[in-house]
Amino acid sequence: MSLELRGITKTFGSFTANDSIDLKVETGQIHAILGENGAGKSTLMNIVYGLLKADSGEILIDNKPVNIAQPSDALSAGIGMVHQHFMLIPVFTVAENIVLGHERAGKFGVLDIDTARLAIRRVSKDFGFEVDPDAIVETLPVGIQQKVEIIRALIYEAKVLILDEPTAVLTPQETDELLKTMRDLKSKGTSIIFITHKLREVREVADQITIIRRGKVVAAVSPQTPEGELASMMVGRAVDLAPQKHKHEIGAPILVAENLTVRDVFGVAVVKSVNFHVSAGEVLAVAGVQGNGQSELARALINLEDHIEGSLRLDGKEIRGSSIYDSLHAGIAFIPESRELDGVVGSFSIAENLILDLHDQAPYSKGINLSARVVLAEAAKRVTEFDIRSQSTADAVSTLSGGNKQKVVIARELSRPVKILVASQPTRGLDVGSIEFVHERILAERDAGRGIILFSTELDEVMALADRIAVMYKGEILEIVDSNVTREELGLLMAGVSSKKLNA
Amino acid sequence: MRNRLLRFGQAIKLPGLSFGLAFTLTGLIIALSDSRVLAKIGSPLEFVKSAGSLVGNSYLALFQGSIFDINLTKGHSFFQGFYPLSETIVTATPLILTGLSVALAFKSGLFNIGAQGQFIFGAIGASYVGFHFHLPIGIHIVAAAVAGMALAAIWGGVVGLLKAKTGAHEVILTIMMNYIAGYFILWILKTKSFLRPGRIDPIAPEVGLNARLPLLAGDNLRIHAGIFISLAAAVFVWWLLTKTTIGFKFRTVGANSQAAKTAGISVPFVVTVTMAICGALAGLGGAVHVLGSEHALNADIAGSFGFDAITVALLGRAQPVGTVFAALLFGALRAGGRTMQSSTGVPLDIVLVTQALIVLFIAAPTFVRYIFKLKKLNSAASLTSKGWNG
Repeated sequence: MSLELRGITKTFGSFTANDSIDLKVETGQIHAILGENGAGKSTLMNIVYGLLKADSGEILIDNKPVNIAQPSDALSAGIGMVHQHFMLIPVFTVAENIVLGHERAGKFGVLDIDTARLAIRRVSKDFGFEVDPDAIVETLPVGIQQKVEIIRALIYEAKVLILDEPTAVLTPQETDELLKTMRDLKSKGTSIIFITHKLREVREVADQITIIRRGKVVAAVSPQTPEGELASMMVGRAVDLAPQKHKHEIGAPILVAENLTVRDVFGVAVVKSVNFHVSAGEVLAVAGVQGNGQSELARALINLEDHIEGSLRLDGKEIRGSSIYDSLHAGIAFIPESRELDGVVGSFSIAENLILDLHDQAPYSKGINLSARVVLAEAAKRVTEFDIRSQSTADAVSTLSGGNKQKVVIARELSRPVKILVASQPTRGLDVGSIEFVHERILAERDAGRGIILFSTELDEVMALADRIAVMYKGEILEIVDSNVTREELGLLMAGVSSKKLNA
Repeated sequence: MRNRLLRFGQAIKLPGLSFGLAFTLTGLIIALSDSRVLAKIGSPLEFVKSAGSLVGNSYLALFQGSIFDINLTKGHSFFQGFYPLSETIVTATPLILTGLSVALAFKSGLFNIGAQGQFIFGAIGASYVGFHFHLPIGIHIVAAAVAGMALAAIWGGVVGLLKAKTGAHEVILTIMMNYIAGYFILWILKTKSFLRPGRIDPIAPEVGLNARLPLLAGDNLRIHAGIFISLAAAVFVWWLLTKTTIGFKFRTVGANSQAAKTAGISVPFVVTVTMAICGALAGLGGAVHVLGSEHALNADIAGSFGFDAITVALLGRAQPVGTVFAALLFGALRAGGRTMQSSTGVPLDIVLVTQALIVLFIAAPTFVRYIFKLKKLNSAASLTSKGWNG
């Protein structure tokens, strides 16, 4: 089945999210849609799936125009979608999740699950999935949960499958498996729309690539196109994908953690007795699949967690148990994982956000008097230095793009005297241009002799920036390896298989 | 300048429209709830005429009862005509202070329902120092006011401390503290140290002459110097919030407590200090009420100053200037309502309905925007108090 979009346009107020987009997905092809955050990919797919209505343009299936006003229309037309955030009920079984919304009752009004069980077995067999229909969804790994979503689409006879950022939540191994599944589906005649911003994956599986920028189709290219070229088409200018990392001497350890344990409110250890050090002029990357204790470890480094045990020394001085304020002012810069929640105060101006931590220090204040003049003057300097794009430093931070918000956070954190920079998922949700900026900045701090500890679930980022890589799995640091490790080895570590075990 | 005017216009557009809407609806209610008007429903012309005149007279009475009444000047000086305005200000004076207490809490992301209890402790402290000691003029007022503020600051601060240490919600805490304060004053007025000699009803001795706030316009008008204290407090709150590091911490915690914590601001400190200052403000309200117009502590000293404060702070969009105007409006409605009842027979309850309608429309901005087809206002102007999990 082929799917064609002709002149799809969608505006929100004065903002054009999709500007007369033309696109054709041929039968049995994997069509990748590549674009930055906010380029209009999701809007377009929501239109195809009937969640949004286009202002103009038409959707054709097998060259015949169809009217898709709601998701059920899309389903009956043979379009299935796997959302980035799964639409599964965690406490239900796989089979229950699959019949959800299509419940059929058997004798005496009893819910008919058996038919679904059989269908799951059949589809699983056809595609070589190993999915138990009676498993509770929340007990399954993320990769399997995603397969449940795919199975659901297949059972309801989707001929065109939309995958929205499907690899964002997967380990490298799971990603490889998904890519294989996509090829299998394709060989059986299913068309796939693959939405992503990861260039490597696109080049691996796509038959056709459409690049969207600012709501417009800017190019339709073949998967042989080099990554650098794809990236610059996505961003609209030349980008440096591999940041320059200068070789230089690594100094003495600055931050040393010994038997550091972090417990949650229930007393369960989420970080289990980890040991590591960060030296001057190096980037220690902490890799791992989301949810293996990295977030808690990052927060613990500035005492943001409530229950921390063990030892954490900065320049030989114990800082575990200090206040957050003292930790920050002892020389730790902290880029939190959640920008919106922990990084900025949305309703405050840029200038105010730049002094969240420094408002009671000279020169911003004298006694309890806050000097608005100094605050604005300093803000003007930071805005220039960190290239924060806004009309005025008095603008509310909530009006800025994600990249500019992150620049505000980075500018603030680096305006204190810093020995250690803790960066937790610093490029999450950012566009390519902003990612480039953040990476350059991190390496500049490294070259200036600061110790960097980078928490990231993006393998490419880890490989590009790290001097050493610590892999976390289930709260433990499984191993700390050199940066010349291969993707495959790293992937195995992230899945909990340590190289010691492999060699044994 | 032009920009500032625009911003001012933006800020008062919604309260202004809510205000107009409330008065229009109240007019309808006045007309339709009056049996004399309803009796004329048979002839539309008569009906409209009598309804119009009743509503007109009611609002005239409201004006005469709250601002100026020419009838009062007969046989007196022209000045006496401003007796209603004086009453308006006398009512508004403590209300400004309790309103500021609630508004400041809003700015720190806290919902202070406890102004009532804090007001009571302010009144108790000021009253005791006022009648028990004999101090020189000037010093006595300050000592009494400070005593009231200190007691109330502790009363409010305890709530902050409990929230900071245990995570208990301030709404529950302050409601309970109000009960305690309400019964505490009943008890203390029966004790030897507070009950006025020779009386059996709950009333304390009058405060000494040196402890009374000076009257501003002679003995015939009740307006007293407390209004200057209230206005100074409004300026203080504005200065605290916008010009100091403490206010910056307050606002940061109020707008996003997680980001505040991550940036090293101590949220427990902010919660405790905010509640203590809020207590002191409401307590000063109680002190000013005793020292300025009541002079003697009685069981009903707090009236509904602490509860109206919530409405006043909401109406004033938690801004100091807005709170002052909202309190004056409430004072006017309170003072004018009495005159409206006596001269036109429209019950005082109708005035309370007007108050409730104004608040309803303020609290439901989307509704008012929908009626007048307004675009969304600047979100920065919205309040930042949080729900149960805040």
